[in-house]
Amino acid sequence: MDTTQIADAPPPAPAPTPEQKRAARGATRPGDRIFLGLSRGSGILLLVIMAAIAGFLTYRAVLAISKDEGNFLTTFEWNTGVNPPVFGIAVLAYGTIISSIIAMVIAVPIAVAIALFLTHYAPRRLSGPIAYVIDLLAAVPSIVYGLWGALVLVPYMNGLFGWLNDYLGWTGIFSWQNGAPRSMLTVGILLAIMILPIITNVSREVFRQVPQMHEEAALALGATRWEVIRMSVLPFGRSGVISASMLGLGRALGETMAVATVLSPDFLIHTSLLDPGGGTFAQNIASKFSEATEFGRDALIASGLVLFVITLLVNGAARAIIARRKEYSGANA
Amino acid sequence: MSTATITPKRPSTLRGARLPKWAPWAIAAGSVAAGLGISAAAGLHSDIQWALIAAVLHILGTYVIAAKVENRRQAKDRVVTSLVWVAFLLAVVPLASLVWSTVQRGTKVLDVYFLTHSMGVVADSEAGGGIYHAILGTLQQVGLATLIAAPVGVLTAIYLVEYGRGNLARAVTFFVDVMTGIPSIVAGLFILSLMLMFDMQPFGFAGSLALAILMMPVVVRSTEEMLKLVPNELREASLALGVPKWRTILKVVLPTSIGGITTGIMLAVARIAGETAPVLLLVFGSKFINANPFEGAQASLPLYIYQQYGSGEATAYDRAWAASLTLIAFVMILNLVARGIARWKAPSTGR
Repeated sequence: MDTTQIADAPPPAPAPTPEQKRAARGATRPGDRIFLGLSRGSGILLLVIMAAIAGFLTYRAVLAISKDEGNFLTTFEWNTGVNPPVFGIAVLAYGTIISSIIAMVIAVPIAVAIALFLTHYAPRRLSGPIAYVIDLLAAVPSIVYGLWGALVLVPYMNGLFGWLNDYLGWTGIFSWQNGAPRSMLTVGILLAIMILPIITNVSREVFRQVPQMHEEAALALGATRWEVIRMSVLPFGRSGVISASMLGLGRALGETMAVATVLSPDFLIHTSLLDPGGGTFAQNIASKFSEATEFGRDALIASGLVLFVITLLVNGAARAIIARRKEYSGANA
Repeated sequence: MSTATITPKRPSTLRGARLPKWAPWAIAAGSVAAGLGISAAAGLHSDIQWALIAAVLHILGTYVIAAKVENRRQAKDRVVTSLVWVAFLLAVVPLASLVWSTVQRGTKVLDVYFLTHSMGVVADSEAGGGIYHAILGTLQQVGLATLIAAPVGVLTAIYLVEYGRGNLARAVTFFVDVMTGIPSIVAGLFILSLMLMFDMQPFGFAGSLALAILMMPVVVRSTEEMLKLVPNELREASLALGVPKWRTILKVVLPTSIGGITTGIMLAVARIAGETAPVLLLVFGSKFINANPFEGAQASLPLYIYQQYGSGEATAYDRAWAASLTLIAFVMILNLVARGIARWKAPSTGR
């Protein structure tokens, strides 16, 4: 800066160059440049990791699928050790979807009911501690659920399975040939128990943010508590509940250990949910991995890629629904 | 409001008949008794069956009685109330059973010996042995993962909140969301595909890398939330004094939100400490103490539980439960401390 410049008439200001714009934001100091570089670099690193995950999985998957003698999508077999190898994901896709559907059918209504219980029914003094405990339960590692499922839940299922077989066996879906109850239904129930806390937490957050005015307006019109919930709470919370369920679904789809410990797998599609057998993507990877050859591992990576794509779609849908209500994102749950 | 307190209490003619306050409890007690009675009479043995009968009776009874005394709308309201209570009790049973059985069966072999010895020369069918090697492995793997993921996550959050504008920031936000949903086994497979490429054997740090991938998005999201809570006036005051932006961030923004950031990181640590799938693929597990995470197979707590369960021996089950209890205790303590810090250091958003 020159003192003479002050005396002179200022020259017409030229349009700011990008550098000057940055200078105005104060990013020309070396410290600032380093710091901006570091933080932007971290952001870019995350993008690179995502791209690398997709890229490397696809690369290894293509290696495996190109040698597959069966149809990768429709084959009912997983023989990667033989030459030529024959493997396909039909059974895994079926098992993954069925177990997740069972889990959602059980967990979503109960989770919504618990969220309503905590926000609208439970005594104030109880609801705080209960919500806290449910928060903690969401942090219980899945392997512990798996151990509990295999050693405590499975023996308990005998009674339920017998009952279902007696009264609903004629449907074919609930028939049971007295195998150990390590079947898709048990897996679905265990997954439901596992995703219950997360769906409850997110739904509760949404229900808590229902404008007081809506509820009071309904009450002032003489609505009962159920009518208040039906007319003001549920419509307001619908998108939040849907996205919470999708987050839960994402977890159920990718759950590995709980399924691997409980299910006794085979490579068939069983019409009955009670007969043991079937498999899921994640469970198949975990149980086949240790004996797999390098080619076998590539085949498992190929099935993992399918799981990756499915969970991306589910989570993408959940995010799209959340987008309007940013604060309910379940990343912190 | 004030007139209501002056008016003497007398039964309003505008209100319809109401069931007394004790009615729901009476109906509940009655239906439990009926459920027990019916199952005893019919010789049913399952606990689920009498509970189911009782629940159905309770809901039916509530509706019929309330519809008779009050009206249909009130009856519906009462039925929903009991349904919500039933759902809550239904969910409590398995969750309570999980905690109860872990504590009850876990305390059987959990002692100082168990925590300070490895499985070195102990066969699965023998009693004895411990989880020292697994604790060591978990601490090292999780610690290394945190060393990678915490700085990257916090810096990314700083970028998104303090600098982020335009397409790059939007892309990062989107992919952080997407990354949150990656199944842990897929993160494991990704590192595995790298290891296959370089023909490497399982080692602890490979697990750390996969865990770091799972941890980063969680740290980013929680740190982002915390940075957004820092009032803009603080930043402006600092910048107005001529403090460079990077020093403003380091000396004003981060110290203000450090409590929340720590909480977020600890919750993320608690979450990855229980991950089994990537560790199974990349670290492989070992019965021996291996204090070097950069070479050779290591053990880890969740993996130990899985392998002890897989061996199918009664003594191994005992050890699996004890390891589960240790893992849950570790995760819960992290959670409790993290939440304690959050409450203690919560940034005051108001004046």
